[in-house]
Amino acid sequence: MIVLISSAGSDLESSTEPRFGRSPWYVKYDTDSEHWEAFENPGKALSGGAGIAAAQFAVDQKASKVVSGDFGPNAVDVLRAAKIEMVKYPQEAKTINDVLKFIKESKS
Amino acid sequence: MKIAVTSGKGGTGKTTIATSLARTLADSHEVWFVDCDVEAPNGHLFLNPTPVRHTQAVIKIPQIDSSRCTLCGKCVEICQFHALAKVGDSIMVFPQLCHGCGSCTWNCTEQAIIEIPNPIGTLQIGLTADNINFASGELTISEPMATPIIRQLKKFYTPHSQDAVIILDSPPGASCSVVETLRGADYALLVTEPTPFGLHDLSQVHGIAEEMRIPAGVIINREASTYEPLEFFCKEHHLEVLLHVPFERRIAEGVAKGETLVDIDKQYAGAFRQVYEQIKNTAEAACDA
Repeated sequence: MIVLISSAGSDLESSTEPRFGRSPWYVKYDTDSEHWEAFENPGKALSGGAGIAAAQFAVDQKASKVVSGDFGPNAVDVLRAAKIEMVKYPQEAKTINDVLKFIKESKS
Repeated sequence: MKIAVTSGKGGTGKTTIATSLARTLADSHEVWFVDCDVEAPNGHLFLNPTPVRHTQAVIKIPQIDSSRCTLCGKCVEICQFHALAKVGDSIMVFPQLCHGCGSCTWNCTEQAIIEIPNPIGTLQIGLTADNINFASGELTISEPMATPIIRQLKKFYTPHSQDAVIILDSPPGASCSVVETLRGADYALLVTEPTPFGLHDLSQVHGIAEEMRIPAGVIINREASTYEPLEFFCKEHHLEVLLHVPFERRIAEGVAKGETLVDIDKQYAGAFRQVYEQIKNTAEAACDA
């Protein structure tokens, strides 16, 4: 399963990013292979529609789950239509590694 | 002659100046007052126009004909405003993000996009007792985009004579709606106040006017005493200061009652006539250059 996580930076030590659409980076994580890859968010500086662009990115990456601090209404519409599960990471999660741990724990 | 009155900072006196200029020129010119502050129009409070006609402002938003759509995703890719998303086996449309540019329809090879009108506000034309033609637009509450309605408003009014004076009263700020108001103007009349905020925002709108190659001049409103940094800024940027309006209680009282400067003190008619002459000279010189 592919999970897309909003991230302040480009590696697993990066801080979590509470905003979904305006996130500077996304970490794409494959729960089966445990392979990960970071993508810079092309839509982070859009004047409008960043949430939709980000949700479209999640759809195009074939993500089944997205993890962020919160999701805006437009992003929610797209993600819901695409049947992508939206998950808010817990406040204790400070880095992407923490988020990955949370995902693995919540799965079992 | 199209004069856009703008300021950056809100509450510097754009409408006071714009309505005073309109009242002054009404007996010698065909005057159009165009209230481009479609989010909070207030020119009517000073000019009291009688309504003549009105119409709906609409933008055309795409509707996808799913029987024709092949889900190629070209419309999603082309949309600058991310008003479209391709999800599973459908294209989602977000009307509030759509600017009505028509790019999606234009680029659809399957003719699968139908454009449907989406009302976003109203446009009105009126006439005042002293024959000022009055045009205004009003954006419906909760609609997020002011620029399409300003664009339509500027096509809605119809001056008859060659030497008609069109006064465009701009919204505050230094964003898209101000740029849309300034587009096509012959002169940018920048109204400011002698405060750090007034100057800061003046420098922003001056930057916009400069980039749009619109000649500009300044009116300093509510001036209790000279503010050196403002004087310096105008000198440094070769901005003509057309008028100083003093900080006076009688002016504040008059404006609060819905009077223009010309109503408060007849002498302002002469001052505004001079302002207009200077604007005309500068605009014509810029046009010849």
